[in-house]
Amino acid sequence: MTLSKTLAAGVMTLATVGSALATDLTIVSWGGAYSESQQKAYHDPYMEMNPDINIINDESSAEAVAKLRAMNEAGNVTWDLVDVVASDALRLCDEGLAMEVDHDDVLAPAPDGTDASDDFGDLIVSDCFIPQIVYSTTVGYRSDAVGDNPPTDICAIFDTETYPGKRSLEKRPINNMEWALLCDGVPKDEVYDVLETNAGQERALAKLDTIKDDVIWWSAGADTPQLLADGEVIMGSTYNGRLFSLIVEQNQPVEMLWDAQVFDLDGWIIPAGLPDERVEEVLDYLYFATDTQRLADQAKYISYGPARESSAPLVGKHAELGIEMAPHMPTDPNNSKNTFLYNYEFWADYRDDIDAKFQAWLVR
Amino acid sequence: MDMNTLPSYASTGEKVWFYGFRVLCGLIFFFLVAPIIVIIPLSFNAQNFFTFTKEMLAFDPAGYSLKHYQDFFTNSDWTGAILNSIRIAPVATLISVSLGTLAAIGLSNPHMPFKRLITAFLISPMIVPLVISAAGMYFFFSRIGLQGTYWGVVLAHAVLGIPFVIITVTATMVGFDRSLTRAAASLGANPITTFWKIQMPLILPGVISGGLFAFITSFDEVVVVLFVGSSAQKTLPWQMFIGLREQISPTILAVATVLVALSILLLTTVELLRRRSERIRGLTPG
Amino acid sequence: MQNESTPEIPLAADGRPLEQSLQRALRAQKIRAFLLVVPLLVFVLITFLAPIADMLYRAVDNRIVSETLPRTVEALSDWEESENEPPEEDVFIALYYDLFFAAENKIHTRLGSRLNYQETGMSSLFRRTGRRVDRFDTDELTDAFIDFDPRWEDPTHWITLSEHPEFANQLPETAGVWDDWTQLLIAEEDELSEEEPEDLIYFALYRDLNNIGQPVALMDNWSETVSAAQSFEPVSLREQFADADEDWLLPSVWGTIKRFSPTITDGYLLNAVDMQKTADGIEAQPESRQIYGLLFGRTLFMSLVITISSILLAYPISYFLTSLPMRKANLLLILVLLPFWTSLLVRTSAWKVLLQQQGVINDLLVWVGLVDDANRLVMMNNQTGTIIAMTHILLPFMILPMYSVMRTIPPSYVRAAKSLGATNWTAFWRVYFPQSVPGIGAGSILVFIMAIGYYITPAIVGGTEGIFISNRIAYHISSSLNWGLASALGGILLLAVVILYWLYDKFVGIDNLKLG
Repeated sequence: MTLSKTLAAGVMTLATVGSALATDLTIVSWGGAYSESQQKAYHDPYMEMNPDINIINDESSAEAVAKLRAMNEAGNVTWDLVDVVASDALRLCDEGLAMEVDHDDVLAPAPDGTDASDDFGDLIVSDCFIPQIVYSTTVGYRSDAVGDNPPTDICAIFDTETYPGKRSLEKRPINNMEWALLCDGVPKDEVYDVLETNAGQERALAKLDTIKDDVIWWSAGADTPQLLADGEVIMGSTYNGRLFSLIVEQNQPVEMLWDAQVFDLDGWIIPAGLPDERVEEVLDYLYFATDTQRLADQAKYISYGPARESSAPLVGKHAELGIEMAPHMPTDPNNSKNTFLYNYEFWADYRDDIDAKFQAWLVR
Repeated sequence: MDMNTLPSYASTGEKVWFYGFRVLCGLIFFFLVAPIIVIIPLSFNAQNFFTFTKEMLAFDPAGYSLKHYQDFFTNSDWTGAILNSIRIAPVATLISVSLGTLAAIGLSNPHMPFKRLITAFLISPMIVPLVISAAGMYFFFSRIGLQGTYWGVVLAHAVLGIPFVIITVTATMVGFDRSLTRAAASLGANPITTFWKIQMPLILPGVISGGLFAFITSFDEVVVVLFVGSSAQKTLPWQMFIGLREQISPTILAVATVLVALSILLLTTVELLRRRSERIRGLTPG
Repeated sequence: MQNESTPEIPLAADGRPLEQSLQRALRAQKIRAFLLVVPLLVFVLITFLAPIADMLYRAVDNRIVSETLPRTVEALSDWEESENEPPEEDVFIALYYDLFFAAENKIHTRLGSRLNYQETGMSSLFRRTGRRVDRFDTDELTDAFIDFDPRWEDPTHWITLSEHPEFANQLPETAGVWDDWTQLLIAEEDELSEEEPEDLIYFALYRDLNNIGQPVALMDNWSETVSAAQSFEPVSLREQFADADEDWLLPSVWGTIKRFSPTITDGYLLNAVDMQKTADGIEAQPESRQIYGLLFGRTLFMSLVITISSILLAYPISYFLTSLPMRKANLLLILVLLPFWTSLLVRTSAWKVLLQQQGVINDLLVWVGLVDDANRLVMMNNQTGTIIAMTHILLPFMILPMYSVMRTIPPSYVRAAKSLGATNWTAFWRVYFPQSVPGIGAGSILVFIMAIGYYITPAIVGGTEGIFISNRIAYHISSSLNWGLASALGGILLLAVVILYWLYDKFVGIDNLKLG
């Protein structure tokens, strides 16, 4: 009998371990080096200033839309702040799953007094979206595997003769369809007009079909760096920051192919339906984490461009390696000679349609 | 044909067969353990990747390091995950074991109605594809407010552990002599006393090994926790899954090595328990 | 009762007839046994069966269409797709009201996504139209009302109108729209008297005033209002919708809405078997979208290959183990159990290390010289990877039942056969093997059941060809958000598993399941 009492007491203790007195703030992000840069630039200093706040990292950004939908359906939102790409933010905002904010109201002005909405400018693509970084999806290649003929053109992906070997591409239509059309001879400014039609979608898939057997499809940002490091692929697309850490921090024989890099935005949304006092806590964090200095600080740890104009001049050297970060930013003039503008509206409208086709094509 | 020894008069063909078969079995055993063995040296890799480096192959000490172990024991992601696993697995195990043992005793009663059907139902959590259980729990637990909570994960893991407890406890009940409980009852012991004093000590090995299975089920489970849990319940397998998908880090191999050591420990325990159980019940000579 | 019992009937100690007493005791035993099981039964019902039943319901649940577009669904009941014409104006009007409120509540995109599962293009259609619906030219009528009497601009004027007892009778359409409007404002915590009414309320009033029979004065100046409204320039919503997106003139769009308006649908289940509901009834999906038959087939095929390779590997091992003395056998059995006890993720990542092109096996083969460095074997991110890794992972589930059956086969039978002149092979094949078949059967069904539901291992080493149906289910839950289809696919998979499980119980017996 005493045994069972002891056990019961033990269970209660176990169940309560860890749930200390601090207020928990659950912040959802992407994991890996990216979450680490947020931890160092935002979370750690914020928790130091607010010892009663305990930030919990959740690495579910990839499933954010699904999980927010389920939470919303159940009326039980357990997340406080979610890091999503702009297109997901648009979708969440459209579906009423994200809270609309007045950017000038809740965000800090620039040091010179410029309103937040002007400081972020066009990057505020949705009323629910608080931009954080500009990143790009670009291609990295093994410099030791291309000989004297390093690729300079995005169409190297499709050129299996000059560059034989596997390449890794993301397991979704976005970016791949655009690159396929570009390399099938569609002029840059007509890509989305072509992609809007059934024939255009077929054309893009047909182009991708030419390399289907040579592609390893990735779904997590770390896949391509891992595959490049292991020599499993000769080239592969991923986020530029992941390639940066592979090349500069891990010293791997990999180079960037900046051609036709696709700019995208990443930022915060606040889930809809949070109780007022939680919204207040989130906004307090957000005011701090998106100010000019904090955004510039993040760039010390990862090569993504800060979303505020006022942060750009503050971007300095890498926190540990001491190298200048500016030349590694996707926005650096040397890197952005030929960029591709990603059309959010288009993908918000056509994502379901094209994704269904792409996925069906993939398993066939 | 006795496979164990080769008589001195064996023909050449028999010799070839004898040794060939042993080599074949050796290869299959190697297949079973090779993947587990190969990760152990890789967990000491000084590089951050999953491949053997030239230094490692040359047995150069510079190619080896303990840094992944250090990361495992000091990185808050990993230590937090261990803590969560330790908070979840024992509680889930306790629920599986207590409810499962009671039910197994009921099921072993020869007069139990619908025995076969109920047993089949109670073992079904082991049979139903995890992704289906996980998806169902994800939607249903969301609806009743258990999704993303500690108790949600505990209950989900408890139900997954139940089949193991039922199987192992009913197995020990097979040899159980019911006249013992009747004797105790006729001597005036109440059913609870009878249970703790007579039945429990005899089925204890089954209960413990069922408990170990239930524990390892929870400790090793990743699909359900990914759906039902939230980051506050991030368990060790979840963190390993992230490690495999999100980060380039052989820390996961260090974790694996530690877990293999733990498995060997648990396995030895189970084997000793089994021997004890069989000795008590006099079922086996060896 | 006792008085009537005859002395021949044996009595129990308490004087009752023995048979009756025994039956009572038996019943008590039954009840006691059952009561012991009840707590667990309830627990499993709530935490396991209820979630699965709940998920299966999603495979047929289709309330979203009629809840989002209630007026449209009703108006469409008179329209037939076979006429090959877009519906009449009243359907467009119903859609105008429905879509306006859906867009305000931000649920129209979800409906678009849902209908997009049935016909691609619906998602973008609803999104684009949703952005336009509050900017339709119906504002011309708003202006006309306000030009006629400026009080119409004032929300309180409307509130007065809505409070008239004859409001709903006289102006049914306006009353319906007004109702939704007030509810919307309550949900948004806005004050009804401060919010300017939207164009569609004026539009509804215009419609009602044009259909009015015997006018009852609802406000002062009423008959003038009625006649003025009857002279306003009408606005065609059909044109407005066509203007927003000309797809609204396609009968197929309306056909899709109509076909999927019932609250229960077989659409997801049909999709799960590569069929679809079209205007002409149930048809096969176009070839480019037929993937689930392929995936189910692939899942079954790979599970079969895994089961067979497990048999081939497990049989010699089990045979060998039975030939050893108990202690040695138990020691070697640890080698079998060790992988069984090692984390699934650990084993899967180990296979990743082994199988990749720059992995251990390829390195070894290149070093030995069997494989050229430039042509390393591709053993991962395809079916081979999944099959090798899963055979390894499931092998213990084959060895354990096989070994426990083989251990019970007396070696004397084989010896007897040989002493009667059988060769080694005949003795094995004719005497030993048939007795070991139950072990093969038990192990095979178990391995097969476990294999077809696998998810994690194929996801990590399977690439695109080596994935199972479970991976697709997970994809639909977390990426495409097509939960209905995920549930339908899950239901089919579950059915397959239940049949196999039933077979297992019938031929092996569920109580014969052993773990080490």
